[in-house]
Amino acid sequence: MFPGDEKKTAGPSSFKGDQRVILRLLPGPVTLLAAVLLGVALTCLCVGPVDVVPSQIAAVLGSTVGLDLPWTYGESERLVVLNIRLPRILLGIVVGGGLAVSGALMQGLFRNPLADPGLVGASSGAAVAAIAVIVIGDPLLSLLPPAVASGALAVGAFLGGSGAVLIVYRIATREGHTSVTTMLLAGIAVNALAGAGLGLFIFASNDQQLRDFTFWSLGSLGGATWARLGSGAVLLSIGILVAPFLARPLNALLLGEAEARHLGVPVQRTKAAIVMLSTLTAGAAVAVTGIIGFIGLVAPHLVRLTVGPDHRVLLPGSALLGAILLLAADLFARNIAVPAELPIGVVTAIIGAPFFIWLLSRDPSRRGWT
Amino acid sequence: MPGSWLRVSSLGRLARWTVAAVAIGGASLDLNAESHSRRIVSLGGSVTETVFALGAGADVIAVDQSSLFPEQVRALPQVGYFRRLSAEGVLSLAPDLILASEGSGPPPVIDQLEASGVRIVWVEDGYGPDAAIGKIRTVARELGLEERGQELENRIISQIGEAEDLRKLIVEVPRVAFIWGHGAGGVTMAGSGTGAAVMIDLAGAENAASSMQGYQPISAEALVLAAPDAYVIPETTLASLGGFEGMMRLPGMSATPAGRSKRVVEVDLLGFIGFGPRVGDSLIDLMRELHPELKRDVPRR
Repeated sequence: MFPGDEKKTAGPSSFKGDQRVILRLLPGPVTLLAAVLLGVALTCLCVGPVDVVPSQIAAVLGSTVGLDLPWTYGESERLVVLNIRLPRILLGIVVGGGLAVSGALMQGLFRNPLADPGLVGASSGAAVAAIAVIVIGDPLLSLLPPAVASGALAVGAFLGGSGAVLIVYRIATREGHTSVTTMLLAGIAVNALAGAGLGLFIFASNDQQLRDFTFWSLGSLGGATWARLGSGAVLLSIGILVAPFLARPLNALLLGEAEARHLGVPVQRTKAAIVMLSTLTAGAAVAVTGIIGFIGLVAPHLVRLTVGPDHRVLLPGSALLGAILLLAADLFARNIAVPAELPIGVVTAIIGAPFFIWLLSRDPSRRGWT
Repeated sequence: MPGSWLRVSSLGRLARWTVAAVAIGGASLDLNAESHSRRIVSLGGSVTETVFALGAGADVIAVDQSSLFPEQVRALPQVGYFRRLSAEGVLSLAPDLILASEGSGPPPVIDQLEASGVRIVWVEDGYGPDAAIGKIRTVARELGLEERGQELENRIISQIGEAEDLRKLIVEVPRVAFIWGHGAGGVTMAGSGTGAAVMIDLAGAENAASSMQGYQPISAEALVLAAPDAYVIPETTLASLGGFEGMMRLPGMSATPAGRSKRVVEVDLLGFIGFGPRVGDSLIDLMRELHPELKRDVPRR
């Protein structure tokens, strides 16, 4: 269904007139997804290792806006809801949304449903930088307060991830033209190089550093505080909110670069914008949570299967579904191994991969869910 | 997908996690059955050992993954890797004291726990008997068990004295390699700057791999070059290699003086390089194993 056959099947303008009227009457997919997200977020707020009943949560939330509700709660319930669960849920929403949007952007750019920012070095670049900070930075960072030291890991991962993608982009850009094929190949090369760097640092690392890195590479929404949320959330929100403005040029790109150019789309500028935005969001996501796989791949794919490849729906829809999937995975991760916590990357892969395989192995004619 | 190797390499861990999750889920059911005068979460193998040695083990309600001694801690709920704590997971145990080994984290989770009113006491880590004494003092002061702490401290000090006396009787200084790891693919040797190197030195031996820094993967050549007269290996590592025969099948292992004379000393990992209350016992045991002349002169306790 992608990228050739959407010319026959979907496309926003190919709906028959009467179909369109019926569709207008139903709540749109974006509205539906937003409602589901709200439900999942509320579930996450109510369910956790510490018992807090919904009425207490309502009272705690009410108190923050000056509303006095008749249910009593203790200081510990207030802290769990306001300082642990709420920032964690918001972080999950922006990270899940950001991962899905950057995946959708890359899939649009490469006109390939299997693309994600990791393909052009975002994950491996971030991983090398992270292990470098963990191994080399260890003696230096121990002089700093621990909060600053963990900030260094995030900044390092962001710079590493986005740096790797920018290198790939520069390699593939000649005389004002970016070749997507070269980008793919340069991505393979940069990934291989990053893998070598990773190996060197693993060789030089001690047991604890290696363990720290392993857990980082499996991702976590743990330790989400309002302060930490702030820095990452700004970048991620920018990515999520700006991406839909690229929907029309992305739709045109689906037809092919030459066709898009004939339609009056500034192809090179669009490509640059896609790469920048995707890098920014993927880099920020990996910086605040470590590597979380599958969301960037599965969320856009599911949305595309359901509502077709129109980026005007695909981008906001992916962001919402990405947030839903990540929150659901986190709900599982923090409740299954109490009092410990499963790395979320394990959950996204263990649920995401079989589901994805099941989708792919279904009858091809029914994949479009029509 | 790039980065997917990370996922592949963690499959084994995943399996263990799943088993652990099921086990923990089962264990946490009767969590509130017993009453505790204090509710302590202990992070770090040697910290937990210290609490138990001080006689406050009954107050420990949960431990981290590295707490493996004494035996009864294995039945307690586990909060996972001590540098990757879950704020809500720990809070759900309703602890009033966290004895945290240096480096416990991540920092934001520590902040959240502190904000929730849980007292966190940091216990300094380090290599050598002084580190063990430091841990005992910190924990004993916090728990108001200074008297028992002093006893433990005196015992370690007298054992160090005993070790010093033993060192004077040493005729030969053997070259010793500390082998550590899991399974044939992940075996390392302790270079300088490791806890094992400190223990080998204190035991009046020479670290055969002192030219390396930290724990390095072993190779046949590195082993032959190090030419140890004896291997020191944790029981768990030896078991993962398939016992003595399995260990000797590793390339180079049997080509050294230690391999030829089959001198392998088994130790308890946490007792040997955890630097907790058992540090003195471990040291004296090791000395007697490494120096045959001491075995002859001084009768084993």
